[in-house]
Amino acid sequence: MPERKTCKIGQWVQVHRIVLEAGHRAQGVPEDTAQVPMQMWVKGFAQYEATVGSQLTIVTAAGRRVTGELVAIHPGYEHGFGQPVPELLEVARELRQRYRNRKGAPDLD
Amino acid sequence: MTDRSYEGVMSRKNEIILKSVGIDYEKFSQGRMAFDYEAMMENAAYSLDEVGEIQRAVGVGNTPLLELKNLTQMARDTAPRGYGARIFVKDEAANPSGSFKARRAAVSVYHAKKNGFTGVLAATSGNYGAAVASQAAMQGLNCIIVQEVYDSKGVGQPEIVEKGRKCEALGAEVVQLTVGPELFYTALLLLEETGYFNASLYTPFGIAGIETLGSEIAGQVQQRCGRPPDAVVVTHAGGGNVTGTARGLIKAGCASTRIIGASVDLTGLHMASDRDFNRKSFTTGHTGFGVPFATWPDRTDVPRNAARPLRYLDRYVLITQGEVFYMTEALAQLEGIERGPAGNTSLAAAVVIAREMKEDEILVVQETEYTGAGKHPSPQLTFAVQSGVEVKLGDPAEDVPGKVIAIPRCPEQLRVREFDLKEAGCSYLRNAVRHFRLDDVSRAEMAFLASDIRWDVGDVRRVLTELGVSCPNL
Repeated sequence: MPERKTCKIGQWVQVHRIVLEAGHRAQGVPEDTAQVPMQMWVKGFAQYEATVGSQLTIVTAAGRRVTGELVAIHPGYEHGFGQPVPELLEVARELRQRYRNRKGAPDLD
Repeated sequence: MTDRSYEGVMSRKNEIILKSVGIDYEKFSQGRMAFDYEAMMENAAYSLDEVGEIQRAVGVGNTPLLELKNLTQMARDTAPRGYGARIFVKDEAANPSGSFKARRAAVSVYHAKKNGFTGVLAATSGNYGAAVASQAAMQGLNCIIVQEVYDSKGVGQPEIVEKGRKCEALGAEVVQLTVGPELFYTALLLLEETGYFNASLYTPFGIAGIETLGSEIAGQVQQRCGRPPDAVVVTHAGGGNVTGTARGLIKAGCASTRIIGASVDLTGLHMASDRDFNRKSFTTGHTGFGVPFATWPDRTDVPRNAARPLRYLDRYVLITQGEVFYMTEALAQLEGIERGPAGNTSLAAAVVIAREMKEDEILVVQETEYTGAGKHPSPQLTFAVQSGVEVKLGDPAEDVPGKVIAIPRCPEQLRVREFDLKEAGCSYLRNAVRHFRLDDVSRAEMAFLASDIRWDVGDVRRVLTELGVSCPNL
């Protein structure tokens, strides 16, 4: 049996809920959106021990109590600065060559 | 037990909004359709001086006006001899939350606190969330931001993820949702549950907050150049930026300054589509908001939208995603100023517009926004490629929203596409006829419609008649 991750009381966690099931979405939403549920994620402090996948009540930054499925313990951020963009490197090179003082400009060719 | 179903909550919309905004919109109503816009702006919000005082107290506004000499050179270099206006930018990234939205939030949060609310709520995926969170932190209120972040697979665009992070960093609870207009339903439920103030983008508070941006531009340009600006380019999305800036300029005596709106062209992408959601690199300042909000402002979370851009726009131009990324790079490389891409929408348009203006004319770009992880060309373009969008160097004419981002090779390739304001006005009138089921209109109603789109009453009468509406003689 794989070990289930368990959060401790007071840990910063994230819970998930379905707000509206597919088929109960607002009228007039595009077809692809109507076919999927509207989901919600909220972060807060765990009110009791729980394993990932079970129901948990949290207290949010605004002091609200929210119950949902525990999906992450200590959720972090993964966004960054991505990869260098060759097209923009090319743009930068050309702009600098064209508009900087020619005498002191580095030779970027 | 309160009915929490979608229909049940939406049927309580008016009472929830009345309680959470505290404005009795009925007071300004004039029959079934018209309302007294100026009276609403004067009586429901705060005066320009009061707004200035509120903002000064929380370090909002009074941002620097920077002259972009190298980008001016770029415009002149690609313009006929004697053309190429001086380009200035209002560095709104210097606001506490990193964008001009701090101006709107400062007034809403001040008003909420003054009226005894314990917290504020805003439904937004944009910089406004961070602005409300920042002001709530500063003024000591709780804050909930309801944000559209993910597609149905839980994938989020880096810029939106970053904005959510910033809200959390500033102490807000962030309710993250998948794509869909039912975000509003969730916001209503939360307003009901918490009794918080609805810091809507579209109340008179939100618009009055931006008027100082217009008046500051007027004052700073006058001081630097001894004359008013000839034109101001405004990134146009929900209409508040255009409306507030224009009103501020007019109040500061710049009645003849041309107001030019600019949006990123995302034609063809559906804003509520689960599939299209992550195929756009811009989450604001685009036509998905700009066009529907201009042609029907009253589609928001309040009964009467205080943002009414057709009252103020002299011209509306579109620019591609690739052109905005190009100018974001140019701003960094040539001016040494690194700012977030979405805020550079008006900058991209400005370089093109400056070419049409004489060298001694003055063109102001009225905003910048903060940049950082996620909110930067490299993560956004990396994500675009991962989402199946082709990124290439090429003529902006080859740009296809959701499919191809064509980054210009040189400034000569930058151009703007005109959005016909006459057509926008016609579209507004069609929407009015449909929304209010108009068979006939009174003279006063025709006058209201005319002022709401800045047309002659005679032109309104002609179009309404064509639409089969019975109109009185003038």
